[in-house]
Amino acid sequence: MTATDTGVHAPPRPRLPVPSLRTDRWWVPPLLTVVGLSIFVIYATFRAFQQDYYWVGDYHYLTPFYSPCMSNGCLEGAAHFGRFLPDHPLIPYAALSLPFLLLFRLTCYYYRKAYYRSFWLSPPACAVPEPHTRYTGETRLPLILQNVHRYFFYAAVIISVINTYDAILAFHSPDGGFGLGLGNIILVTNVVLLWCYTLSCHSCRHVTGGRLKHFSKHPVRYWLWTKVSALNTRHMEFAWITIGTLILTDLYVFLVASGAIADPRIIG
Amino acid sequence: MSSYQGQFRVWRGDSDGGSLEDFEVEVNEGEVVLDIIHRLQATQTPDLAVRWNCKAGKCGSCSAEVNGRPRLLCMTRMSLFEKDEVITVTPMRSFSIVRDLVTDVSYNYEKAREVQAFTPPGKLQPGEYRMQQEDVQRSQEFRKCIECFLCQDTCHVVRDHEENKLAFSGPRFLMRIAELEMHPLDAADRRDTAQDDHGLGYCNITKCCTEVCPENIKITDNALIPMKERVAGRRYDPVVWLGNKLFKRGK
Repeated sequence: MTATDTGVHAPPRPRLPVPSLRTDRWWVPPLLTVVGLSIFVIYATFRAFQQDYYWVGDYHYLTPFYSPCMSNGCLEGAAHFGRFLPDHPLIPYAALSLPFLLLFRLTCYYYRKAYYRSFWLSPPACAVPEPHTRYTGETRLPLILQNVHRYFFYAAVIISVINTYDAILAFHSPDGGFGLGLGNIILVTNVVLLWCYTLSCHSCRHVTGGRLKHFSKHPVRYWLWTKVSALNTRHMEFAWITIGTLILTDLYVFLVASGAIADPRIIG
Repeated sequence: MSSYQGQFRVWRGDSDGGSLEDFEVEVNEGEVVLDIIHRLQATQTPDLAVRWNCKAGKCGSCSAEVNGRPRLLCMTRMSLFEKDEVITVTPMRSFSIVRDLVTDVSYNYEKAREVQAFTPPGKLQPGEYRMQQEDVQRSQEFRKCIECFLCQDTCHVVRDHEENKLAFSGPRFLMRIAELEMHPLDAADRRDTAQDDHGLGYCNITKCCTEVCPENIKITDNALIPMKERVAGRRYDPVVWLGNKLFKRGK
């Protein structure tokens, strides 16, 4: 099959001289998506395998890219849940959480739209033809596995609890008492936004109440569904904001841990 | 009241072929593209074919593409465009051409007939069930659909792949299935048929249907993704499957 006998050129459709007549800059959003996601993937990969500058011992700041730190290579204070993973350059210190977080975002309904459009050009924009001669969508392997998104959502909830625990432990001063610095504000903001992204997930919307037929018989779940639905309308925004806050939070911990900057302290 | 001469390119032809023809037409303040097409008919091309009816965005007849974007001609204001901009008006490109701006949308009616009708429980008598507002308000959003078929036109699954029309019903009818699946009184289980007979798996949720909907129905977020989640629970969730086996729940 060729591009001339399928799609918008397939007879007996109207025969127009060009594949798309769009005159706006439709290529800008997919281009920005490629740039944004590429920056995140490159930065996250570098940091996940760097195995350094992830923990500020004085203030107990732990970057989310190393949470939970479970490798034998983890610094003692950073390992809140024990150390048992082998210390190897190819095994990230947070090897038990990072794959699930990656798969949570990879199978996320918003990110699917983003990378199907921008990386796979399927389609690059509405009413702009895709370059592929065949299309089966998510009907077969490997894309049919997108249907297990809900399990990565459950994992993301557990990891968000761990991130919250880390952020609470970080209210720490060098003398062992309560402490508060700019890093705490950054860590807490990041965790709050991670919760917003996680709870606005479409699978969360389904399990809290979307799967029901009779809302009136389940008032509590209906109430939960309305709250998750309200968050869900901002899922795309939270997806991008949390990419930004994850990078900023990690970068801040990196800079403080490496001694490049000092953490401005408010208390302790 | 300001008027100007607008530059238009309108596709004219039929299944044997056609071309974009250039026209200069008067445009007045407050007009929509359909007004210009009507003026074109009245002054220069009396045989120009265009389907229209209500001129109020409620009948869904005047669907076409303006500058390559699926739109209702009657809801596309001329003030969207620059005065010196050439505005291209073409028929919907996912369907067979009849003539000029008119396409054969019978694909959609065939798909509509394939959707199992509303199926209330067999023993339920009229008046026996009291419906609560929260039970039906999800479906009410989908009832706003005017069946303009712009979502069907823009969906790349069929727009770019004619061969998928057999297996894929398109966003409008997957939304209809979701509407019935969410209906508290519908006794049919539509999850398997959505996936097997209507091609829900072809949808890769790129949201073009939502972008072009003139009724602003959140087709993807409120119908297609919830339906995909229901199918995932039915077909791809091992925990649900195990629960059904252990507790002898129905499918």
